Order: sequence, then C-alpha cells, then structure tokens
Amino acid sequence: MTDKLKSEAIQNVPQEGVLKSVSRRNFIKGVISSGVAVSSASYLFRASSLLHGQQPAAGVGERLITLNVNGQQRRVDVMKQETLAWTLRYKLGLTGTKLGCDRAECGSCSVLIDDIPHYSCSVLTHTVRGRKVLTIEGLAAEDGTLHPVQQGVIDEQGFQCAFCMPGFIMTAVGFLKTNPNPTRLQLAHGISGNLCRCQDYDKILTALMRGAENMRRSSLG
Amino acid sequence: MAVIRDVMAAFELFQPTSVADAQKLLEQHGPDVWVLAGGLDSFDWLKDRIKKPKVVVDLSGIGELRGVRTLGNDGGDGIEIGAMTTLTEVVNHPIIKQKYDLLAQAAELVASPQIRNQGTIGGNVSQDTRCWYYRSGWPCYRAGGNICYADAPEGRNREHAILQADRCVAVNPSDSAPALIALDAKFVIRTRKGERVVDAEDYFVGPDIDITRLHILQPGDLLTAIRIPSTWAGAQFYFEKIRDRNVWDFPLMNVASAMVTSGDGSPGDGSARTIDRIRISVNAAAARPLRLKAVEDAVRGKPRNVATGEMAGKLAVQGAVPLQFNTYKIPLMRNLVKRAIVGAGSATEEATWAS
Repeated sequence: MTDKLKSEAIQNVPQEGVLKSVSRRNFIKGVISSGVAVSSASYLFRASSLLHGQQPAAGVGERLITLNVNGQQRRVDVMKQETLAWTLRYKLGLTGTKLGCDRAECGSCSVLIDDIPHYSCSVLTHTVRGRKVLTIEGLAAEDGTLHPVQQGVIDEQGFQCAFCMPGFIMTAVGFLKTNPNPTRLQLAHGISGNLCRCQDYDKILTALMRGAENMRRSSLG
Repeated sequence: MAVIRDVMAAFELFQPTSVADAQKLLEQHGPDVWVLAGGLDSFDWLKDRIKKPKVVVDLSGIGELRGVRTLGNDGGDGIEIGAMTTLTEVVNHPIIKQKYDLLAQAAELVASPQIRNQGTIGGNVSQDTRCWYYRSGWPCYRAGGNICYADAPEGRNREHAILQADRCVAVNPSDSAPALIALDAKFVIRTRKGERVVDAEDYFVGPDIDITRLHILQPGDLLTAIRIPSTWAGAQFYFEKIRDRNVWDFPLMNVASAMVTSGDGSPGDGSARTIDRIRISVNAAAARPLRLKAVEDAVRGKPRNVATGEMAGKLAVQGAVPLQFNTYKIPLMRNLVKRAIVGAGSATEEATWAS
C-alpha cells in the first residue's frame, strides 16, 4: 500500500477517527465529572454485602472538605473511612493513580504528600487536609512539557504494561528531591516499595536514572 | 486473606490536635476505640473486616507527639522521640545517626520507603503480629478462641516462635523494638492515672501474660514518647535483620546489640578486647522481643572473640522448642547472637545505603 492509499484509507473511516479521539482515560474522566460516577460508586457499595446494612450507622456520612491536589483547591465530599486513592480516582477523576493491592504493598497508588511519597491506598483522605497532594496528572508543566522523569521514561521506554508506572514515577520524583544524584543502587533502594508485575525492573531503573539525569540538567539550565 | 476491594467499613473518625484531647476521646469511647498512628498495620485489619472498631482516633494531627528532643544539657541525658515521629525522620535524624545509630540502622530496614515515610516509631513497636491465621480472622487463641492453627498438625509455622510460646506461637515483627531494648530505652505512657514510664523490654508481653495483645497498653492508654538515655551513646552497635527478600519484608529474625569494650586486639587474630558492658536483644523469635540477659551476664568480662560468640549463641537458644517448619530458626538465632557479639566482618550492606 502506498502512502497515499494509506492516508486515504484512514480518511475513509471518519467514525473510527472520532472514536479514537476519545481516549479511554478521557472517557472515564468525563463520566466521573458528569456525576455518573457518584451513582456507580454507590452501586459498588450496594454490591458489597458487608457494607450493606452499615450505611445508616454513625460516621458513614460524607463531609465536604477542600483538598489541595496538583496545586488546585478541590472541594469534595469525603467519607470518614475513605482512602486518598479512592478520593483521587473515584471522586476527583484522577485515574492516573492506580489501585493495585490496596494493602500498602505494591506502590502503584504512590503519590506525593508535601513532597514525600506515600501509598495513597493507606492514607485517610481526611488526614491530608491542609497538605499538598501531587499525583501523576500534576507532574507535567502547565504548557504540557513533561516532567524530566516522565521524559526519561519515554526516552528509555522503561515500562512494559505500565500499570505500575505512575506509582514508580511519583516515588522516584519524591526520592530524587532528597537525593538528586543517586547511584543505581541507591535509586533501586529508593523505589524498593514499588512492584512491577512485568518484572521490568532493570529497564525501569535505567529509565528513572535517565530521568534523574534530566532533572539535574534541567535544574542546571 | 480476605481481599475486599472497596472502602473500609464505616467508623467515626476523630482527629484530636493535642494529647489531652486524644486521652479524653480514649476515655470516652473505651474499648471501642482504635488508635491510629501511621495506619499501615491498622488499615489491613479494617479493610479485611477482621477488626471492626466503631471509633478511630487519628493521632497524626498532634504536633506534640512528633519530633526528637534532646534531654539535659546538650543532650547529655539522651533524647526523647515523640511516638508519632516517622521512621524516615528517625533514620535521618543527625543525633540518632551520630549517637544511637543502632536505632537508625534498625529503622532503615523496616519495610519500604513509603512505609517508613508514614509509619511511626510508636506504631512500629505497637504493631500486631503477622501470623496469617490470626490476621485472616481465624478464631484462634489470640482472637479469643481456643485453638492455635499455626501449631496444629497441618499448620504453616515457618515464621513462628521458637521461644516462650504459650498456646499462641505468633511472634513480634518489629525491627525497632530490639534496637530500643539494646539501647535501654524507656517508653512513656499516658494512662488515666497519669504518666507511666517503663523499660523497653517491659512494654512487650508474651501470651502467658496477655494472649490478645503484644504490649501492655490497655484501652485508654497512649504511648506518647520513647526516651533513649545517653548510657549507650556512641557504643559499638550491631544490627542484623534476616528476611526472605532484601527489601520490603518482615524479619524472619533480627538481632540488636550495644557493647562497650576495653583493651587492645581484634577478633580476627586471636587477640581480643574485653567486653565491659553489653545489651543484646532478638526479635521474631517469640511473641515479645527478647532481651538476652543470660547472654549479657555470661559474656561480660570475657574476651570479644569467636569462642565467646559461640558460647553466647548456644546459651541464647537454650530451651528453644521448634515447630514443624521453623527448626531453622535455632541455628539462625545461634549465629545471629554470635555475630552480634563478634561482628560479621562488616555491618550489613543495606545498612550503609542512603535512603
């Protein structure tokens, strides 16, 4: 197929093109911000027989609080027992933060709270009032320029399936704030609280080392 | 493990900003209260619905529970670490690194960076056991039942106790606890009747005393601080943690020692310095971190050499009763105690990594 034919073939499927422009991520975000997620979340609660029947108990009620997420003040209704990962994903639509184990083991939910990496699955949202939360969505500059660590990951193609990637990147960014010039071993230690099921650790380390280098260079320039 | 992928069961959450307020809340709600420090042990229990507290009191907003203070002139009487000080803050504190490095070494080997960033020293010494039967909600002795599943004929007990078991064979998983015992730390507890200060080794209890908890805190009590006296400041320290993976794992066993020696010589060439003073503690061998007093008494005044180390190791495991799958813990403990006295040539590689 010549290039011309190829481009014609693409032009001939406008429907598909439209679909492609709505990414899965944006679709989910749209759904969440449109309020459908609220009902789907309560659907999830209803589906759990363990939670069912507890709804009327004291303390279930949500409270409207303001969170500083990615530099913005976000007002959100939060349950007493709600974790930050839950709030970020299902209330604020920040689905870049992944939930893997939900048990403080895998690290895919890692976010920065006041610049320090935390497992957001194991932080009560009510405890981060007045603190600065940074997720993967808030890492790039406002003009869309990627963070040096994100760029390093792209340059080195560090991840396979990349489910764990946001967690790794946030942890690495937090670690590099305390140690901007680590050895490979030190960086490995710094991200040892994050697991990759593809067992892609060697390439991840290479990519994050590149990110560290990018960071040093950008702060010099 | 019962894995339920949704939010925790509902509870009432209180976030006091002073110890006095926290204490009032604890008194008000009695045994219904769950005290939340870093939360990393707590959330497992709550998410799995194994423990179902009605009220959670979150201590993270109490500033007075956080940070390291020096005691006396220029820290001449040691330091006081607030119970809500994170493990990362403990690891990076200049005075702890300089004078009480044993604790920094131990804290740095706890779990993962994110957990050390959030987990607290008070929580680390007060966390519950890792016995998976108990944590999965099986109605065992520790949970108020009348059987130990780990010690049953088909029980999986590779990580369990070899010493001081009494019906329950669970072990204490804390890494910082043996270091604090070796440093002769004191735990400061606020009770209804006022402040109570106990020796580190007396903070922990075995199943013979209380089978439902690993420490002496009663409902209403609050661990507020840990004091480390200057007695062992700058002594020779040894900490080693054995685990299945090099990072992010609980100990199969760990050992901590603080030692002061005199004279000339080195353990390698047959000459040896004399052990003047020593404190040594092992954890994950029993339901409480063990202070090995008999070993301390036996090696005091002896040359710090391999023969003394081997004698100490044999003495340490006297009375050990292995279960079906944890016999390895006996030679492990023997060797760890020996190394804690003679040294392993160099400290563990990990302990020298900057975090």
